[in-house]
Amino acid sequence: MIDVFSQLPILLVAIPLFAAPICVLLGGRWLTYLLSLTVCGTTFAIAVGLLQQVGKFGTIHYEIGNWKPPYGIEYVVDPLSGFVMMFVSALAAVVLLYGKPSIDAEIPRSKHYLFYACYLLCMTGLLGMCITGDLFNVFVFLEINSLASYALISLGRTRRAPLAALQYLILGTIGATFFLIGIGLLYQMTGTLNMSDIAGRLDTETGPRTLLVAFGFMTVGLFVKMAVFPLHSWLPNSYCYAPSVVTAFVAATATKVSVYAFIRLVFGIFKPDFAFEQMPLGALLIGLSIVGIFVASIAAIFQDDVKRLLAYSSVAQIGYMLLGIGMATTQTLTAGIVHMFNHALIKGGLFMVVGCFVLRLGSSRLSDWRGAAKTMPWTSLAWAIGGLGLIGVPMTAGFVSKWLLLTGAFQAEQPLVAGVMLMSSLLAVVYVWRVVETLYFSEQLSPAVEKSKEAPVWMLVPMYLVILAVVVFGVWTPFSVGLAAEAAESLLPTDWDSAVTNMDAGGAP
Amino acid sequence: MIEWTGANAIWISMTLPLLAIVWVFLFGKIPNVRESGSIAVSLVLFGVNISLSKLVFDGGRPELALGEMVPGFELKFTVEPLGMLFALVASGLWVLTTLYAIGYMRGHHEKNQTRFFACFAAAIFAAMAAAYAGNLFTLFVAYEIMTVSTYPLVTHHGDAKAKAGGRVYLGILISTSIAFFMFAIAWTWQLAGTTDFRDGGILRPAFEDGLIGPGALAVLLGLFAYGIGKAALMPIHRWLPAAMVAPTPVSALLHAVAVVKVGVFSVLKVAIYVFGIDLLNETGCSEWLCYVAGVSILVGSLVAMTKDNLKARLAYSTVSQLAYITLGAALATPASAIGGGMHIAMHAVGKITLFFCAGAIYVGAHKSNISDMRGLGRAMPFTFGAFLLAAISIIGLPPGGGSWSKWFLAVGTVERGMYFLTATLMISSLLNIAYLVPIPVRAFMTPAGQEPMTLKEAPLMCVVPLCITAVGSVLLFFFAHEIYGVMEPIVGGTKTP
Repeated sequence: MIDVFSQLPILLVAIPLFAAPICVLLGGRWLTYLLSLTVCGTTFAIAVGLLQQVGKFGTIHYEIGNWKPPYGIEYVVDPLSGFVMMFVSALAAVVLLYGKPSIDAEIPRSKHYLFYACYLLCMTGLLGMCITGDLFNVFVFLEINSLASYALISLGRTRRAPLAALQYLILGTIGATFFLIGIGLLYQMTGTLNMSDIAGRLDTETGPRTLLVAFGFMTVGLFVKMAVFPLHSWLPNSYCYAPSVVTAFVAATATKVSVYAFIRLVFGIFKPDFAFEQMPLGALLIGLSIVGIFVASIAAIFQDDVKRLLAYSSVAQIGYMLLGIGMATTQTLTAGIVHMFNHALIKGGLFMVVGCFVLRLGSSRLSDWRGAAKTMPWTSLAWAIGGLGLIGVPMTAGFVSKWLLLTGAFQAEQPLVAGVMLMSSLLAVVYVWRVVETLYFSEQLSPAVEKSKEAPVWMLVPMYLVILAVVVFGVWTPFSVGLAAEAAESLLPTDWDSAVTNMDAGGAP
Repeated sequence: MIEWTGANAIWISMTLPLLAIVWVFLFGKIPNVRESGSIAVSLVLFGVNISLSKLVFDGGRPELALGEMVPGFELKFTVEPLGMLFALVASGLWVLTTLYAIGYMRGHHEKNQTRFFACFAAAIFAAMAAAYAGNLFTLFVAYEIMTVSTYPLVTHHGDAKAKAGGRVYLGILISTSIAFFMFAIAWTWQLAGTTDFRDGGILRPAFEDGLIGPGALAVLLGLFAYGIGKAALMPIHRWLPAAMVAPTPVSALLHAVAVVKVGVFSVLKVAIYVFGIDLLNETGCSEWLCYVAGVSILVGSLVAMTKDNLKARLAYSTVSQLAYITLGAALATPASAIGGGMHIAMHAVGKITLFFCAGAIYVGAHKSNISDMRGLGRAMPFTFGAFLLAAISIIGLPPGGGSWSKWFLAVGTVERGMYFLTATLMISSLLNIAYLVPIPVRAFMTPAGQEPMTLKEAPLMCVVPLCITAVGSVLLFFFAHEIYGVMEPIVGGTKTP
């Protein structure tokens, strides 16, 4: 008799992985939808169960096929991976629950079963990247996720969608290849692929220069997948032309999981001593993020297409997460991790709002949304609330991460970074409020708005679930910030913070 | 049964406006039920605040901690006399404004009244939370809630003008608060290790340890003074005239009382409980702010003189009067701090009357330009009579309440030896006379060749509240001693004479 609970880690990945081909075999629209929804729900339940177990018993190590690591593949669930998997699976389920009318409207009916299969594979890839403790396995899941996203993006309504997918495919493949080269070099140096094993065997102090090359390749590879400025060019088009449901899911989760992989790489494999003291990763991340935040936010201000606007905003928001990682104290890292979660909620929610507008107005262009608050008050209000979260107004989740990052920057004695960060966040006010004004204060309604009506209740309810979560996690933070802090503490060596501040103060102990 | 303690009174006082919001939405379709809920809640709130104030003015400092919102940062409320006075003024005037708003909004056939009353209550909630805030973090949260909840009120009419006004309003208030205020709080936290408001300030240890010099202290003070954009210190005052596109009850309670007073109140609190009056005096880091405030006082009055639109004139007058309170904080003597605190109450009662009058004139005679109001006093004697009384208080002449607060501020300038500023205060009072008094005086004089108008006041719901506040501004003159007495503890223990 197998104890199901001890098998949860493998089930988390296996269930959606096997459900995907079943979707293809089943065909049809309703059956595949219900199956995918059930699978997503189950996956979410498993992720919550795992997170609870981690909370109770500590990190879970699961040996696949009972092969002992480092020979076999090991799955590891710790606070960080548990946290990320929880919100990835939650958003996958909520977006799917919300998406049926939007899917029906935007994706050709004959391709629905393929869509659901790809959706499940996409989620499998993300969850796999989180849970696995094997570096090559990370690459495998990264590719599963990427290939599925290329397919999902190409399902968009216009003929630009396949082109956007191709653009993403080229850049994404380059990124993944860089990552793979890095893995190869590490394998060559250590003879193992298990992450903790690599970490134990790497001699970061006196090791060969290959180490730097491997680190460089893997960092750049993940930069592409995270859409870090200036390697972000694939993202706006992909988010813009993909079906709304795909955008909502991918925008909320994919880049965050890449950030997760990056955190693992920097803190789990190479160790912060190497990354921040021997390598100038801190300065690089801070510099790139600040420039990226400004450039992407300004670009967002000038977009007419709201999907593209939010896409540029995503590039900017990734900058805040990397700022947290780049300053590398417990508090800033906590801020970075919690911002992954908060931003997933905010951006997922906002893209769901866009999906509702696209469904009713047939366009994601802002000029077609004029005065939509009159006919679609609930959807418009959801934008306003989610937008406040994106700006980071108190009582929203966005404020919590921004505040942590701000005070963290002061603690790390980087007041300049704090100031620049605050200035940059003002740009978010501009691009969020442009949309609010168009929705609420347009003298003339656009023709599409005049014929429109409020989005269906079955889209509104899941959407408000996410939007209200933005408010709830802005007021009640022990869960999100608590988990993030626990994760950050486990990633950084003890006494790290005092070492960092001393280093900045001129090295005096 | 809930026991009547200070802590309970605090959360009850903050929950009541929230209840009003729920009520307003529940009964949005039945205006009479909806409004009676607002009135009932505002009355109860005022009652609760009065009973809480007994506790506070007797020397108590009730506290309520709601727990950490972000690790290390607690939502915490501590009621001290300054906040209590502000809460009393805001909640007391909310009662009258609700009555007035009913008359105004119905007399004017405004749309979206449900949203209006709900946002109004939300703003009062934020005002209560700000008044009781026990640390800078809580104050900031309340401050931002207030900005967001008043935005729909400013843009109430929904036309292009409202949109433009709202843009300036939100743009200035949000950007200054995020760029400067938030930064200043984080900086203070790093220096002091806390953001609590404490008697005597929290920055002294950092100063004595050499973590921050006088120059940097001046910069920090500047970040606060300009980060708290609601204090409308020039040159970031533009949002206040822009906010005048809102319906008059909003201009009256929010942009003469609640919102702007949260601004100056926060500046005072920062000066007294974060920097500490002694520290400001010793380091001289607030001296520059005295002059900036002085300029703001004069220029505000001068600009007010050029405005023909009554609400615009009152708005610039508010800019000028708010700078008095900032000056009180910047002078950093016990007398000036108390004067600044008193002026919160004095100006609130006076200015709300003036705005009530502006609204009544608009509802009753559909006039908003001063040049069109000649002879109108015959038709609206109560309105213009009240205007005159309130104007006297704003100017600072007996028997108006404002005379006392201005007196203490003048004493502060003399104590600091800044006679230049003493003169500024006097000149500004003269300017006040020049731009306020002619309005009612000319209204009572019928222009030549025109028949005297017959009595035609605004609806009763509009006129009664403004008469009450006008009488209140005179009564305050006689009760100023009481206010001084309850405010004294805020500067207790300071060494500065």
